[in-house]
Amino acid sequence: MFNLARIRGGIHPAAHKDRSSALTIGRVPLPPRLYLPLRQHAGAEAMPLVKVGEHVLKGQLIASSPSELSAPIHAPSSGRILEIGPILAPHPSGLTVNGMVLECDGEERWIELEVPANPFDESPLVLAERVARAGIVGMGGAIFPAAVKLKQGTRHEIKTVVVNGSECEPYLTCDDRIMRERAEAIVDGARLIQHILRAYRVVIGIEDNKPEALAAMRAASEPYGAIEVEAVPALYPMGSAKQLIQAVTGREVPAEARSTSVGALVHNVGTVYAIQQALRYGRPLISRVVTVAGSCVVNPRNLETLIGTPAQALFDACGGFTRQPAGVLLGGPMMGVALPSLQAPVIKGATGLLALAPHELRNDQASPCIRCAGCVDACPMGLLPLEMAARARVDDLDGAHDYGLRDCILCGCCSYVCPSHIPLVQYFQYAMGRQDERRGAERKTEQVKRLTEARAARLAEEEAAKAAAKAAKAAARAKPAAAPTSEVE
Amino acid sequence: MWMATLALAAMGLLLGGGLGVAARKFAVTDDNPLLKEIEGLMPGSQCGQCGFPGCAGAAAALAEGQAAVTCCPPGGVALAEKLAALLGVTLDAGQMSAPQLARIDAAQCTGCTRCYRACPTDAIVGASGQIHVVLADACTGCGKCQDACPEDCVSLAAQAPTLDSWRWAKPQAA
Repeated sequence: MFNLARIRGGIHPAAHKDRSSALTIGRVPLPPRLYLPLRQHAGAEAMPLVKVGEHVLKGQLIASSPSELSAPIHAPSSGRILEIGPILAPHPSGLTVNGMVLECDGEERWIELEVPANPFDESPLVLAERVARAGIVGMGGAIFPAAVKLKQGTRHEIKTVVVNGSECEPYLTCDDRIMRERAEAIVDGARLIQHILRAYRVVIGIEDNKPEALAAMRAASEPYGAIEVEAVPALYPMGSAKQLIQAVTGREVPAEARSTSVGALVHNVGTVYAIQQALRYGRPLISRVVTVAGSCVVNPRNLETLIGTPAQALFDACGGFTRQPAGVLLGGPMMGVALPSLQAPVIKGATGLLALAPHELRNDQASPCIRCAGCVDACPMGLLPLEMAARARVDDLDGAHDYGLRDCILCGCCSYVCPSHIPLVQYFQYAMGRQDERRGAERKTEQVKRLTEARAARLAEEEAAKAAAKAAKAAARAKPAAAPTSEVE
Repeated sequence: MWMATLALAAMGLLLGGGLGVAARKFAVTDDNPLLKEIEGLMPGSQCGQCGFPGCAGAAAALAEGQAAVTCCPPGGVALAEKLAALLGVTLDAGQMSAPQLARIDAAQCTGCTRCYRACPTDAIVGASGQIHVVLADACTGCGKCQDACPEDCVSLAAQAPTLDSWRWAKPQAA
C-alpha cells in the first residue's frame, strides 16, 4: 500500500537547533516593567478591570474577555499598574496597541489560587470554561483561544487529538526542551484534553530529529494506552496543523475546511502544558518558554519568560549580542516577523526571538520567473504558487483566489526554493490583506445600506405618527364645534 | 392569385403575432436596466460626496459615463472594482481617496443634537446637552455633520492605521 501519511511537498532547511537545545530552560530576571498588550490572541480585545495606580498580585485577573472568541489577561507579577494606553506592539508595522504597563515590585506575591479538585470528575464544559478563564491561547504561534477548540468536542466528534511537538521551524527548540523537561505534565495535559474532547486516542507527533524528546515522552506516556507517541519525519512545515494531521492519521483536511472535518484537533505541546497547569493547579497563563537564538546571540538557550517582558531583557539574559544583529525576528525564520524594536514585549504566542546576522537573512534580488515549478513541488498544500503570485502581482485577487489563495498556509516553502528569489509568500500575504480589506469594505457598505434604510423607515414612521396626531387634533377640534348642532336637533 | 394573397396574409399574421408576443415577453420596462443594477450597488446613504444629487443621480451619471467609477468615497475600492467590472472600464485604484471619518472634539461639543439629526447613517450617538460621539463602523465620511455643526467641532480625517487595518505592502520585485 502507498504510504498515505506522507505529506506533500515541504522543504529541509538547515535546523540550527543544537546550540539552544543543549541547555536547560533558564529564567529571565524580573524586568522592572512588563508591557501587556490587551490583544495577544485572535479575537476581540480584552477589557481592563483595574485602574491606573492600582496594586495587583501575581496571577490576578487584570483584563477580562468580552466575548467567546477572546482571552483574559492576568498579571504576570505583583506590582502597580503604571499606565493603560497605547504601547508598542510586537508587530512588524511598529504600530501601537492598547495595553497596560505593570511596574513590578519584585515581591512576586501570588494571588490565592483556586485549586480545583480532581479535574477528571468535572464535566468537559466546566473544564473548557476553566481553560478560558486561565487565558490560554494556542502557543505555537496561532494564538487562537484554546477553550474555543476544547468546546468543539460538543459540536463535532473528535476521534484523534494530535499533540503538536513537531517544531519544524529552524532555530526554535522551546517545544523540544519542554518535552524533555516536563514530559509527565504534558502527558497529563494530553489526558485531560482527551477527557474534555471525549477523543478516542491521543497522538503526540514529534519530528524524528528530536530523539531525546521522543524518548522522554515515550517514557512518560508508557502507562497510558490511549496515548501514543509517534515520530514524524523532520520536514518543514510538519508543525502546521493540516500537515501534521495528515502525517499522523493519513487523512487530508479538505480544501477550505477545518481540522474537525476529519475528526482531528491539534494542540501545541506548550498549550497542553498550560492547560495542565490551569486544570491541576489553577495557574493562569502568565509565562511561557521562549527560544532565544541566532548567530548574534552569545549563549542561545530557552528561557521561561513572563508575558510582557521586553525582548531586550531576554537577549541580556543570554549574554547579549556578539555583534549588532541585521534583523531581530519574533517567531521562527520561516514564518516569523521582524520586530520593530527591542522594547517590544513577549506575548503569549511568541515562540522565539532570533537575532540574525546578515548571512542568515535573505537579500537576493528577485529576477523573473523561469517557470521551473520548483514552488509547485515544494508547496505542502498542493497549490500553484507561481500562478497565484503572477495574479497577485497585477492585483487580480479573484484570479489568485481561484488558484487556491484561501488554502495557502503562508509557510514560505515556495519563496525558500525559488531559484529566481521571487518573494512569493510576500505576494500571498499582500493579496490576502487586500482581500480582507475588500471584505471589510463590502461589510461596511452593507451596513451603511441597512442603516440608511432603517433611518428612512424611522423618519417615515415619525412623519406618519405626526400626521396622525395632527389629524386626531383636528378631529378633536371639529367635534366640540359639531356637538352643539346635534344637541339643537 | 388569391392563393398568393392568402399565403402572404397568413405569413403576415404569423410573423406579426410572433413579434407581438416577443415584444411582450422580452419587454424592457426600464429605460436602462444597468441603472437599477448600479443603484443596487451604491451605498444608498444619499450623502452627495460624489457631487450628484443622491445615489440615483450618481448611478445615472455612471451609466452614461459622465462620472468616474471612483466617485463614491463611502463605497471605497470595493465598490469601484465592482462598478469597473460592470461598466467594463479599467480601474486606476491609485486615484481613490482614503475613506474619511468624522471626529467630534469633545471639548467644544455643546450637545446641540444637530449633527446626529443630519447624519444619514445614524453614525452619531448623543443626547441633548450630552457630548456626541461618532461610531467609526457606521460613518461614511460624508461631512453632513460638519456642515450642521454650529460650533465647528466636527473634523474629517483619514482613519489612522491600527493593527486591524494594517496590511502587508506589495513586495517591490521584478
